[in-house]
Amino acid sequence: MASRLTQQNRAGWLMAGPAFLLIAAFLIIPFFMAIGFSFTNQRLVSPNPTEWVGTANYERLFGIAVLTLEAERDDDGTVRTKDGKPVFPSLRTYTRNKDGYPEFYRKREWFSFGRGDDRRTFVLATDVVFLKAVRNTLFFVVVVAPLQAAAALGLALLINRRIRGINIFRTIYFMPVVISMVVVSMLWRFIYDGQNGLLNTMLDLLTFGWFEPVDWLGQTSTALPSIMAMSIWQSVGFHMIIWLSGLQTIPESLYEAARIEGASRWQTFRHVTWPGLRNTAILVMIIITMQAFTLYPQVAVMTGGGPLDSTQSIVFQMVERGYGRQDISGGSTISVFLFLFVLSISLLQRWLTREK
Amino acid sequence: MTLERTTRLIGLYLFLGFIACIFVLPILFMVMSSFKPDLQLLSDSASLRAFLPVGDIGVDNYRDAFSRAPVGLFIFNSVFITATTLVLSLFLASIAAFSFVFIEWRGKTVVLAIIIATYILPFETVAVPLLLLVNNLPWLTTEGVTWGWLNSYQVQIVPWIIRALEIFLFVQYFRDLPRDLVESARVEGASWFQVYRRVVMPLSGPVIATVAILKFLEMYNNQFIWPIMVVQEEGLRPIMVGLLYFFQLNTAWGEIMAYLTIITVPVLAFYLVLQRAFIASIASTGVKG
Repeated sequence: MASRLTQQNRAGWLMAGPAFLLIAAFLIIPFFMAIGFSFTNQRLVSPNPTEWVGTANYERLFGIAVLTLEAERDDDGTVRTKDGKPVFPSLRTYTRNKDGYPEFYRKREWFSFGRGDDRRTFVLATDVVFLKAVRNTLFFVVVVAPLQAAAALGLALLINRRIRGINIFRTIYFMPVVISMVVVSMLWRFIYDGQNGLLNTMLDLLTFGWFEPVDWLGQTSTALPSIMAMSIWQSVGFHMIIWLSGLQTIPESLYEAARIEGASRWQTFRHVTWPGLRNTAILVMIIITMQAFTLYPQVAVMTGGGPLDSTQSIVFQMVERGYGRQDISGGSTISVFLFLFVLSISLLQRWLTREK
Repeated sequence: MTLERTTRLIGLYLFLGFIACIFVLPILFMVMSSFKPDLQLLSDSASLRAFLPVGDIGVDNYRDAFSRAPVGLFIFNSVFITATTLVLSLFLASIAAFSFVFIEWRGKTVVLAIIIATYILPFETVAVPLLLLVNNLPWLTTEGVTWGWLNSYQVQIVPWIIRALEIFLFVQYFRDLPRDLVESARVEGASWFQVYRRVVMPLSGPVIATVAILKFLEMYNNQFIWPIMVVQEEGLRPIMVGLLYFFQLNTAWGEIMAYLTIITVPVLAFYLVLQRAFIASIASTGVKG
């Protein structure tokens, strides 16, 4: 008996060992390395020994200070203006003065807002680009997740019926999912082009020339929304399939009962379909959110983070530092931050789908 | 009554068709444009001709794309990397799952729990430290041990072989197989490996197809961020990174479309032939809670 157990132990470890070693070496160990590096000044290659720097990397990423300034006044007390706007003292007097204002030292303006005519509050940050990347990524997640989930549910409801040829439509709606996001991004660069882009010319055609061409990826107000629309186009079919498998778990008898009761379409959806989709809904939202947090190829191929950092993303910044500047510690710090985001989403899912 | 139903059905088909256009037209445009000279491509995009094979149709763009970049080499690299990873992944994931489901060994609950926990680690969160790690790993060559994996095939293959999802899908499938089959084969004196090879794997067609399709898409379509980080030598780059060659050419759209078509058509062909299997495998990634 004992020999059979040791024999089983040996067989078990031999068979599971290679897979476990690979996961340990290429996922688990690097994950702990990321946490470790985030407290050092590790570089990919460096003549100097690596040093422990405590939380300096995190302080640099999240260093924020708020400064409220009074507008400059002339000798008679009226607010000095230039082009109709009040003039404020130069921020450099605060951000370049290490001894006088250490809390503002080497920070840059992130954004500012006015308080009345003569006061303005400036939010200064050590790493403005990173904070913009965080804001853009969150914005991307908050817009794409509900829109894409809703569009996917709409498509699933549309094709969840038994009519001739419906499989053809399912096949077509799903098609972009199997195309690489890298390819899709390159293709849509032409579609979004400001001069000859397909989108501009088609809108021009549909509105009989009323439409003014837009440089979709070239201006800060439309670049990120354009990337969002394209991302939804590429992956909505994926979530349609998940909704569809959720829809097919709802027993036909419930719909029959609703029909006998004389329920309207909306009532049927509201009281039969939707309650049956609760767990699917959570799953879809979680998957989309996870995917959206790792926004990268679209940005790398289409905009490179521009114009004016309006499409920077967390992962794009991570690659920019970890690989581009070979700043392993800086990139690792962003990795840890990204992981905390993903972990909290995952815990939220556990909590929402817990057994009651 | 029937008339009303017919009109509603026609309306439904029109709507379905309209939505289908949204998904198909950009892809159709890509393929059609790849056969057109740049000037015609631009002028055609102002009308519905953009989606039709009209005018001066030819394969010049393909010829130019092949002469601008080592496209054949990129395709070879991608196919080689994808195929190697796929085979190793199917073997290592299934044999590990076999031991988790059918063999009693000490520590297996803990090991399986650790593997499943890595499911929430997106590759992106380990990419940067992994870059440093692979830069310091040894590799055995005919000339002895070399250090550092940058600019190699193995750096694009080994870290990608196994993911938790693949083991998980095999474990789930094996759990539903009848245990008696395994028990009786053992009683007849078969070794564990023989049971795996002769009894379990022949019954696992569906899950093998699912994992193979997912791995294929991951390796062929989504290898971008990592090869950019670890492979500077152009001869070793996969097709998605090969696209960088065409980045600066904002005007040579015909060539770009030809390259995109070369990359995409094999995947689309696979998909159209095996669409049920593709859709089933993608749906299975959503089963996990």
